[in-house]
Amino acid sequence: MRRRDFWRWLPRRHHYEIRDPARELFLFRQRLWLTGLAMLVVFGVLLGRFFYLQVIAHQQYQTQAENNRITVVPVGPSRGTISDRNGKVLAQSFSAYTLELTPSKIDDLETTLTQIGELIEITPRDLRRFRRAMEESRNFDSLPLRTKLNDEEVARFAVNKYRFPGVDIRARLYRQYPEGEIASHVLGYIGRINDRDVDRLTDSGDILNYKGTDHIGKTGIELSYEDTLHGVVGFDEVEVDALGRAVRSLTKVAPIPGDHLQLTIDLRLQQLAEQSLGEANGAVVAIDPNNGEILAMASMPGFDPNLFVEGIDIANWDRLNTSPDKPLLNRPLRGAYPPGSTLKPFLALGALTSGKRTADYAFNDPGYFELPSGAGTTYRFRDDKPGGHGRVDMYKSISESCDTYYYVLASETDIDDTARFLSQFDFGQITGIDLEGEATGVLPSRAWKRDRFSGPRYKEEHRRWYLGDSISAGIGQGYNSFTPLQLAHAVATLANNGVAYRPHLVKRIIDGSTGQSKEISPEITRRLNLKPANLAAIKKAMVDVNREGTAMRIFKNAPYTSAGKTGTAQVFSLRGERYVESQIKSHLRDHAWYVAYAPAEKPVIAVAVLVENGGFGARAAAPVARALFDDYLLGKREPVKPPSDDNEWEE
Amino acid sequence: MHLRDHLSAAWLRLTRHIDGPLMAIVLLLLAVGAVVLFSALAPDTDRFIQQIKSVGIALVVMWIVANIAPHRLAQIALPLYLLGVLMLIGVALFGVTVNGSQRWLALGGFRFQPSELLKLAVPLLLAWYFQKAEARITFSNFLVAMLLIAIPTWLIKRQPDLGTAMLVAASGFYVLYLARLSWKVIVVLTASAVPLVWLFAHDYQKQRVLSFLDPAADPLRSGYHTLQATIAIGSGGVTGKGWMNGTQTHLDFLPERHTDFIFAVYGEEFGLVGNIVLLALYTALLVRALMIASHASSLFDRLLAGTITLMIFTYAAVNMGMVSGILPVVGVPLPFVSYGGTALLSLFICIGILMSIQTHRKLVAT
Repeated sequence: MRRRDFWRWLPRRHHYEIRDPARELFLFRQRLWLTGLAMLVVFGVLLGRFFYLQVIAHQQYQTQAENNRITVVPVGPSRGTISDRNGKVLAQSFSAYTLELTPSKIDDLETTLTQIGELIEITPRDLRRFRRAMEESRNFDSLPLRTKLNDEEVARFAVNKYRFPGVDIRARLYRQYPEGEIASHVLGYIGRINDRDVDRLTDSGDILNYKGTDHIGKTGIELSYEDTLHGVVGFDEVEVDALGRAVRSLTKVAPIPGDHLQLTIDLRLQQLAEQSLGEANGAVVAIDPNNGEILAMASMPGFDPNLFVEGIDIANWDRLNTSPDKPLLNRPLRGAYPPGSTLKPFLALGALTSGKRTADYAFNDPGYFELPSGAGTTYRFRDDKPGGHGRVDMYKSISESCDTYYYVLASETDIDDTARFLSQFDFGQITGIDLEGEATGVLPSRAWKRDRFSGPRYKEEHRRWYLGDSISAGIGQGYNSFTPLQLAHAVATLANNGVAYRPHLVKRIIDGSTGQSKEISPEITRRLNLKPANLAAIKKAMVDVNREGTAMRIFKNAPYTSAGKTGTAQVFSLRGERYVESQIKSHLRDHAWYVAYAPAEKPVIAVAVLVENGGFGARAAAPVARALFDDYLLGKREPVKPPSDDNEWEE
Repeated sequence: MHLRDHLSAAWLRLTRHIDGPLMAIVLLLLAVGAVVLFSALAPDTDRFIQQIKSVGIALVVMWIVANIAPHRLAQIALPLYLLGVLMLIGVALFGVTVNGSQRWLALGGFRFQPSELLKLAVPLLLAWYFQKAEARITFSNFLVAMLLIAIPTWLIKRQPDLGTAMLVAASGFYVLYLARLSWKVIVVLTASAVPLVWLFAHDYQKQRVLSFLDPAADPLRSGYHTLQATIAIGSGGVTGKGWMNGTQTHLDFLPERHTDFIFAVYGEEFGLVGNIVLLALYTALLVRALMIASHASSLFDRLLAGTITLMIFTYAAVNMGMVSGILPVVGVPLPFVSYGGTALLSLFICIGILMSIQTHRKLVAT
């Protein structure tokens, strides 16, 4: 009984109620219909839930379902081709199959690589390239392992595809440079988009347009005309299942192919320029003075841009990057060299313009110029010709390249006036060519020197301009340093009587879809205020150079009249010693320069030739110009060899 | 007698124990189920045909059960329960393990899940027990009933199959509830059940509950089912995407779409309108079942019919609640719609019992 009392909380009424079946049934029904009520409430909650999902939040779930279902696959546009002015293809795109791996989707990369190697030939070079691409790639990228698979290889892999999740065969666009090393610096190359490119594209807002693109221009025209060549990305809306397999295509927005570029470069002339430089390192720039079109722009040695497209392998990269010949340096664009005597016609023109000299003014050249250097001593600037050139007027100062004439002129001219005059020819500033990365060179002036030697490492004595600086600069040495492009541009401006055109490499842009072509119109950047008489005097002197002066032998028997100027740029200061080429190590030898235009009466081509460590400009550089002129004006194409006799060559 | 009279006599004999309204509602539910299942199984028609066969067998079984008088069912309650518990012990000792759970008993090449049997055996036994006790819930009665529920529940829970264990326990407690267990005890039991279940739950079971609370936290793993199912239902909108047009369904985003998650297929393809139709059919079924329970002639009949009603309701509500993301994922099929022979069979046995209770009452009354 105590036990029962303890559990009194349990229902006890039943003792009495059990006797009443009617009440029993009533109470049961009460619970039953209470249950029914609970059911209705629960179903009401469910109905509320359905209403929320299917009416209130419907749009959101609709979107999510669509996102599940539809994948947008970007389709990269086909990159425009690049051809020379006559339509010869220099860079083109084509489609081919690649075997690609997505490392993030592969559990055991090494095993997969081995197993693929059993199916399809994978060379050690492919592997090296793949690993290099892995290091540089964007996250979760699909990376090429083998490129340009043939049909049999594609079939063999397709059968075994199920064994390799994360490995796919894709049709990819490739870039090919059929002419190899020719014009490599002009064309530049494309390469796989790397992290830096992504950052840049993100900043410029172009990243979406590159969703379907793997490559981007890295240098040269490929870089400078990236926007033109690339085109606009297309999209393929694909319905996919839960495993990401495409079920069907919904809508397609075709990519807009990139535009084609027709260059101003004449492949034949370009080839000749490169051949003419031979084994030497150097640069050639040929410009049409009448419109600024660049006919040839050679930089030797070159490189094969095809090596870079799918990622260059380490051996080739090291070879190109560490070679003392600097094959990756675009010399005409970025190489700055003292112009030497090629600056003389411009200095002379400056003297005529300012009235410091007349063309006929002559003096007796002792073969040196003495500059008092304090405490009664003098510093002697030598002319190359011992004993001097005799009586020298302006014509002779150019045709025989008399240094003393210019020493004296420099000593009487303020450097800032010289700089002001020369800057009109774009010396010391960019010419505005349509290639990125143009160097400005150095056009010395007081302000320049002060700026150059600013900073705590230098003292005031370093920053001050000395008369000696002017004397060196007065023969194109000293601080003067210009690119071959600047010289060619300056000569073209001179040949065109002071009307300067912007140098450019693209002649025509051809719409990738419609084929409509748009001519790039020549752009006059400057009209120099030069007196015709002064111009005529300088031009006559330059004709004399080729007729009876320093380049006389090179232009012997030329059926056209040409004008030129030789130059030799010192690499190594001889400190007043006489320069004997055979006694100087080859890499310390002077650079040979030659600038020219032809025909003298109505110029159609202006060139600047630089041969690094070539010695005298007349012997090393002028034959290149002669070959180009012969080819361009006469259609004759043979490299002109310098006369082999060992007679003295002089500036 | 004319042939027509023979036929009509045969028809009468055949349908004597079939409850017309209940049969009509069940057939409508089956029709809806067939339509959805066809879409969920597409393009596999073999399994659809298999399910049609299962429905046929289940209907025959239902007819047989409907023809068995309820008091005969009371007689087999205890043996059935003992057999079920014995088989559960058998599962624990030599059961087949599938997906980490030991739930199946292999009997001569045929795999059988004894826990399914207990869903019916437990309410049957308790109804019989309280009938014997004349509905007196004394302390000893209560204790015995608790023990009878606890034994199979524990055995199923340790397979582990928490969902079925809870359903079996629930079926037992429904009987207790209908037998008018004191509200105070009900409150105490309910309050203690939640932490108890959590305490005994396996990690993966807890994970399911946690992922239910925030499905987006882990969208590709435990929350994936719920997320994709709610997307399917929500994207169906008011009128649905149309039969065979559900993208979530036909592009494989919905897992378990022909079994536990078939309601998502339905919601996606038939929308809110379809859902309301289904809820209405279930409501009609439950109302009819409640009426049968209400008018049942004996305490055993009443308790059994009421419990069966509550169980069918539980399956439907838990399944729809889980698929629409307001309940954690428990392996409960949607009655009359989900694919699967075993679940269908036990469901139709229940319907058969309801019909038996209803039709035998009439016979007694006349």
